[in-house]
Amino acid sequence: MSTGEKYLWAAYLVVFATVLVYVVLIALKVGRLERELTALAELTREREGGHG
Amino acid sequence: MQGFRHSAALLSLTAAVLLITGLSLAVFWAPEDADQGISQKIFYVHVPVALTSYAAFFWAAWKALRLLWKGGSRYDLESYTAVHMGVIFGALTLVTGSIWAKVSWGHWWVWSERQLTLFLILFLFYSAYFMLRYSTDPGPRRERTSAVYAIFGVVLIPVSFLAIRLAEGLIHPVVFKRDGPDMEGSMFLTFCVCLAAMLALAGSLYLLELSGKRADASLRELRERLA
Repeated sequence: MSTGEKYLWAAYLVVFATVLVYVVLIALKVGRLERELTALAELTREREGGHG
Repeated sequence: MQGFRHSAALLSLTAAVLLITGLSLAVFWAPEDADQGISQKIFYVHVPVALTSYAAFFWAAWKALRLLWKGGSRYDLESYTAVHMGVIFGALTLVTGSIWAKVSWGHWWVWSERQLTLFLILFLFYSAYFMLRYSTDPGPRRERTSAVYAIFGVVLIPVSFLAIRLAEGLIHPVVFKRDGPDMEGSMFLTFCVCLAAMLALAGSLYLLELSGKRADASLRELRERLA
């Protein structure tokens, strides 16, 4: 592989790795939001149970 | 919300198809440049990424303008998300540009190049947006200050874009001239596909990030109500 080719693949790899990391971060965020939503739904059910 | 999800899914699918097509065209179909050789193919990533970051900053300013004009927290969140996208694509522009500079000029960065320095200033200006945003308490004041800042940044874009044409000692190549693109038809087609791919990618990431930020804000409000 020539030097030019190495730099070319490095540039492409940087872009795709960044996008991949970003998508993983968004997936982690969605996971956290889902956990928080479940906890809030549980809290709401407990409160409704307490009132009933 | 259902329509929003469909739009995000459709845009993500379009981005994936265009990215695969663009990369294939750039690697296997577009001819090598006579002067620069294979390293010129960095252009198919670097320029679309740079133009996408400009587009994101314009979108952020447009949303900021709507906030100042009509009011409404949704515009603040949209403008903030667009700046977020612009900064990510701006960072990618600097990195891919530096890689190209290293192989073509033998240096990672050339300070005498106005195009590079102005893009760096633009990038740092929008990076400071986050510092400004998080140094103020949430509320209408923060929304208005962030909006004004996002609009001011847009002034730097035409300066950054035109700097290459205004520069006296040209090192950075000029591809798009007044009489059209200075490249072969196959190269231009590949560039257009790559540009469409980057715009679709940024659009889908924007929609994903925006839905996450909206859900986060709704959950915060629910938590406060339940506390």
